Amino acid sequence: MESLRGKVAIVGAADTEVGVVPHMSATQLYVKAARSALEDAGITKDEVDGLITCNSFVEPYMYHAEMIAEYMQIFPRYCLNVATGGGTTLAILHHAAAAITSGMCHTVLVTMADNMLSGLSRDRAIEAMSTAGHAQFERPYGPPIPAFYALIAQAHMHAYGTTSEQLAAVAVACRRHASMNPAAQMRDPITIDDVVNSKMIASPLHLLDCSLVSDGGAALILTSAERAGDFPYPPVYMLGVGEGHSHEHISQARNLTTSAAKEAGERAYAMAGLGPEDIDVAELYDCFTPVVVIELEDLGFCPKGEGGRFVEGGRIELGGELPVNTHGGLMSHCHPGHPGSMFSVTEAVFQLRGACGSRQVKDANIAFVHAQGGIMSTHCSMILGKEVG
Amino acid sequence: MMTAPLAKALPVPTGETQPFWEGCRNHALRIQQCSACGHYQFYPRLYCTACMSEQVEWVRASGRGTVLSFTVVYRPVTKAFAEDVPYVVALVTLEEGPQLMSNIVECDPEQVAIGMPVESVFEDWSEDIAVLKFRPALA
Repeated sequence: MESLRGKVAIVGAADTEVGVVPHMSATQLYVKAARSALEDAGITKDEVDGLITCNSFVEPYMYHAEMIAEYMQIFPRYCLNVATGGGTTLAILHHAAAAITSGMCHTVLVTMADNMLSGLSRDRAIEAMSTAGHAQFERPYGPPIPAFYALIAQAHMHAYGTTSEQLAAVAVACRRHASMNPAAQMRDPITIDDVVNSKMIASPLHLLDCSLVSDGGAALILTSAERAGDFPYPPVYMLGVGEGHSHEHISQARNLTTSAAKEAGERAYAMAGLGPEDIDVAELYDCFTPVVVIELEDLGFCPKGEGGRFVEGGRIELGGELPVNTHGGLMSHCHPGHPGSMFSVTEAVFQLRGACGSRQVKDANIAFVHAQGGIMSTHCSMILGKEVG
Repeated sequence: MMTAPLAKALPVPTGETQPFWEGCRNHALRIQQCSACGHYQFYPRLYCTACMSEQVEWVRASGRGTVLSFTVVYRPVTKAFAEDVPYVVALVTLEEGPQLMSNIVECDPEQVAIGMPVESVFEDWSEDIAVLKFRPALA
């Protein structure tokens, strides 16, 4: 299998306004993000010959990528709509890299957006997302989305002694980073006490263990490493990428406390020729606090079972051993649904460009991005770097 | 026996799952067992996931299992579940091996624990549909 290592680079990246954006439709957020990313890359829409999107939940189209191409009046030779839940962004980038290296296209625009908050009421969004469960064998039992993740958290606590205070440290770190990010939806700092005293949603998960519901979009421009020098900003190279897939329904999971992030991470590290000790900053999927704890273990940043202890004492905060979710993550920056991890990638790009102001990680050269979708179902890891090395 | 409020959507059996739901209607838990290799599986499938044999038969399970994990839900998924709050959503590992989702009923939610022995019980939601649940096993 030929390695994608260092063959593709991100040369454009942009977020829209995020959080509460009632004045824009979902489709407008897609094309606004796309326009900003083209501007960031210093190219015109006519230079795009590949387009990948993820469908909108609020404003879906049967052929969504075709719709965005039509709206923007671009005529790509490669046009694809991908859906693997929260893991979609990184799966898309994996496909984009494969398309570029195999010669299917040269310059890919990836744009993802949604307005889950303004286009759908919060209650309707949560109710609509409850259809994630198996219609016959899960939904009759009334699990809201947090309950699926609560099953994972409870199992982890039972097996390894992880505490609610340790889970809360993830939310606190994300909020601290968001407080340094003017774009973030929730910026008021919180404490561990605030999290563990917030309303219980599905034990052991409290309200502040859960991510946000938001509006927002982001877009990326990718091209081959050979062409990557011709853009306004220094390229960010894809050094490693890997996926892992274990189930659709949590009731069918092989294991509750070890996820397919393990395979995804191992595949990405192997391609990059790097290990956890080489990572300067990590943007990890944080739809619920226990997900970060399990990802830190499965991605090799600490031994299995040690994730709870790892997140204590500011280790994952700016200035700590491994800053995690420097933009605020899904917990505090924004979570518009499927596009959630787009913001992890744009943040990683901005960190590697050194453009993050007060939340900049000093000497950030290598970033790890991980996303998962479903209920710890689909996983994709990506290692990005300033140099191919 | 209790009847679910109308707002709770009734599960709709398919050709593949019909024997399971017929079992439930008669308050019997039925799962599949492979005649070729003996593997038990749930949910129902066209062939055995262990050896790919199509010789899968319906057998009656003991109805005994243990709690693999659980959560006490305080914010109901929809208004249809509002009256049930707080309710326990659990993953149960059956004695035969397969795991499935269910509710743990007939007990204080605070008493549910991982590893707790449970046994099947059925809740009649309509003339055709009874839903499989579990309660703490009698010692």
